Amino acid sequence: MTKAARPSAEPLPPAAANGSTASAAGAGTLLDLSVEDITVCYPNGHEALRDTSFRLEGGTICALVGVNGSGKSTLFRAIMGFVRPASGRVRIAGRSVQSALKANLIAYVPQSEEVDWSFPVSVWDVVLMGRYGYMNFLRIPRARDREIAEESLRRVGMLEFRERQIGELSGGQKKRVFLARALAQRSRVILLDEPFTGVDVQTETAIIGLLRELCAAGHLILVSTHNLGAVPEFCDSVVLVNRTVLAAGPTAEVFTQDNLVRAFGGVLRHFKFDESTVQKHDEKAVTLLTDDERPLVFGKGGHLEYSHRAGKENVIAERAEEEGDR
Amino acid sequence: MLLADALLEPFRYPFMVEAMLAGAAIAAVCAVLSCYLVLKGWSLMGDAISHAVLPGLVLAAVFGLPLALGAFLSGLFCAVSAGFIKAHSRIKEDTVLGVVFTGLFAFGLVLFTKLQVDIHLDKVLFGNILGLLPGDLHATLITSAGVLVVVVALRRDLLLFCFDPAQARVIGLRTGLLYYLLLSLLAVTIVVALKAVGILLVVAMLVTPGCVGFLSTARFGKMLCVAVGCAVGSTLLGIYVSFFLNASPAACIVLVQVLVFFAAMGLRKKRGLSPKTRFPALAQILNAK
Repeated sequence: MTKAARPSAEPLPPAAANGSTASAAGAGTLLDLSVEDITVCYPNGHEALRDTSFRLEGGTICALVGVNGSGKSTLFRAIMGFVRPASGRVRIAGRSVQSALKANLIAYVPQSEEVDWSFPVSVWDVVLMGRYGYMNFLRIPRARDREIAEESLRRVGMLEFRERQIGELSGGQKKRVFLARALAQRSRVILLDEPFTGVDVQTETAIIGLLRELCAAGHLILVSTHNLGAVPEFCDSVVLVNRTVLAAGPTAEVFTQDNLVRAFGGVLRHFKFDESTVQKHDEKAVTLLTDDERPLVFGKGGHLEYSHRAGKENVIAERAEEEGDR
Repeated sequence: MLLADALLEPFRYPFMVEAMLAGAAIAAVCAVLSCYLVLKGWSLMGDAISHAVLPGLVLAAVFGLPLALGAFLSGLFCAVSAGFIKAHSRIKEDTVLGVVFTGLFAFGLVLFTKLQVDIHLDKVLFGNILGLLPGDLHATLITSAGVLVVVVALRRDLLLFCFDPAQARVIGLRTGLLYYLLLSLLAVTIVVALKAVGILLVVAMLVTPGCVGFLSTARFGKMLCVAVGCAVGSTLLGIYVSFFLNASPAACIVLVQVLVFFAAMGLRKKRGLSPKTRFPALAQILNAK
């Protein structure tokens, strides 16, 4: 399956007509997000996406993968209704994007670079912003809003930092605050933009754990990322984009070498073991380290390995000798 | 006794008292808006709108319309057209604004010299708070109160719009509406403030109090209070001092504000509210050395 089928004449779910209570609105319906043949052009004439289609259902963690400038963020913007597609449409639980937003169906966790961290707001202020959609026009939080905000902060382990100004937090803590805001919003579709950049390993694990919980509870989670290694760890489906959808479906089917080479072209960095200084004696004792750039490979016994044998004949001979001596 | 008499002398003149009342009202509104402008990065927007009101003033005078209406529309036109050009080109917003507002200002100057209208250019440029007309004080107080009520009622929405427009949209706020609302409030405020400080210095009223507030605290509520306090205090003091110096009240107001700004910078260092405490990671690096 390369392109997901487009639901052309899908009947409107029953709850779609009543937009009164937000949490109830999504609950009874089959939660799905369908991007139907959208083409997005910017006013300066740049065509960011063309004939893009895919469909996702609740209970999924989906990775949106592509190079910079492949239209990942445009796709996010289209799903959140920030850009209007020139053709095609986006439906969320059978509703238009605008109506889904009104019903608080969508939450968004921004990239850290997009946030002004010197802004004079506290952790608590930020999390309450997730509740604005439920408050009256003066946005005065009620007891219920406070309860939910508190619970969300507790869930990401940030309750004790509630009075901190947001700039006074570490990268991982900052990310967790915005995740708490998305939790407080109680939305069934959660979009995360590059959630792992600038985040420590513990926070990454914590975030993945939390996303799995949300997924098990039937939420639909869409993660935009260029951290390829993390994708098979926690995403059960993948949408590969490069100006359009190249492939969409279960991770095992879509996340193949062929597809990734198609999506990334020459951008991907390779480490081919058969061309490298890794030898037979290394067997399975190879450690691969990466910070998302070129991987650093250590063979058996922690020896540094090189990606190409040429010019490293002495290294190969030395190691072979060591192994032979034992 | 003599000294006290001398110090209280400004308050004996009704025009001084009226100027202080109107000045305080204008300062308060400008200060509240300045907090949003500083955080949104719209400092230049205040400058742009204030300059762009000139052609509107002249045209309104020619057609016998209320001057404030012409000024308001012309200021708003500047902001909206700059936004339109930015959306349809690759030029950055501040650059477009720079081109558009200077263009409008120049157009206003040409209109002024060609159309022989009953406007005193120096009063428009530098303000004339000591020469308020009978209806002016009322109009100023009412408009200021109106703007204040709207901003305070929508302060959380506006703050979210400045802080994270994407989140504002995602929770269903009408950000387009908020954008034009903030622009309109800004234009109204500028039109009101022109009487006090004029086109050239109004941007100080719209930036400095917000800066002082931002430097003094890391909470928005406190920032608003500090900004309003600073602005109203500086305005009263500026007008008061101008009486003795026999200098332009607008210039005195702005000078006092700038002094307060530097005082706030100094105090901030003293209280340890330096970038080091705001960014712990930076502090670690600096302490390690």
